[in-house]
Amino acid sequence: MNTDMKRRVFLRGSLAAGTVAVAAGAGLLAPQAVLAAWPEKAFMAKAPEEALSGVFGSGQSAASDQIKIKAPDIAENGAVVPITISTDMAKVETIALLSTANNAPLVALFNMGESAAADVSIRIKMGKTGDVVAVVKADGKLHSNRKSVKVTIGGCGG
Amino acid sequence: MAKKSIKIRAKLKGGVTTVKCLMNHPMETGLRKDKKTGEPIPAHFIQDVVAKHNDAEVMTAQWSGSVSKNPYVAFKFNGGAKGDAVSVAWTDNMGKSEMGSAKIK
Repeated sequence: MNTDMKRRVFLRGSLAAGTVAVAAGAGLLAPQAVLAAWPEKAFMAKAPEEALSGVFGSGQSAASDQIKIKAPDIAENGAVVPITISTDMAKVETIALLSTANNAPLVALFNMGESAAADVSIRIKMGKTGDVVAVVKADGKLHSNRKSVKVTIGGCGG
Repeated sequence: MAKKSIKIRAKLKGGVTTVKCLMNHPMETGLRKDKKTGEPIPAHFIQDVVAKHNDAEVMTAQWSGSVSKNPYVAFKFNGGAKGDAVSVAWTDNMGKSEMGSAKIK
């Protein structure tokens, strides 16, 4: 009985170690030096300013028409709302997408590499009618724009 | 090897490559409750996405559970040539990861 337990623990341990080794070896995870840890506090923040501070160190941004937000005026299905954010601004480093109606407003962060063009599309869940806010960090400064989206059926399964 | 869980299409036009990507993932927020048991369904969503062009990172993204189920994402980068490799990899909050790749058309 005792040897049985020891064998099981041993097998479990070696299986776990093996899996980790494979994952690390396969290099599936992005180079840790470049990719910052997932910013949990920012994503859990209940208020947009708090979320933005968590990401950029500040919740303040200058309103800018140069940021284009393409989103439906009325979203029939709040579970799948297509959003496109684009801008002609130079030196875009990061684009943050928030949905003010969601209980944790920060939805996505896009970090631009050297050759990236500031034009991203994604589909998000919106709990109810609210604003989609795009905050762009370009050349060290924060700019933002927002668009109101009406949601007829909420998207968080509630 | 799991079935293809990431579909990628990369197209070059006017010096800009547009990449469209569809991922297979439940993207649970952790807020939903199982209708039968009333138990909360644990959060399970993609947290990190890394997109590369010929092994150079062009974009990384970090997401919350508020991204829709079976995420669709599209992004663009300058340059690229027909036949170049584009890859997209994701890691979720449970430590799972997947990768897909395609050639620029």
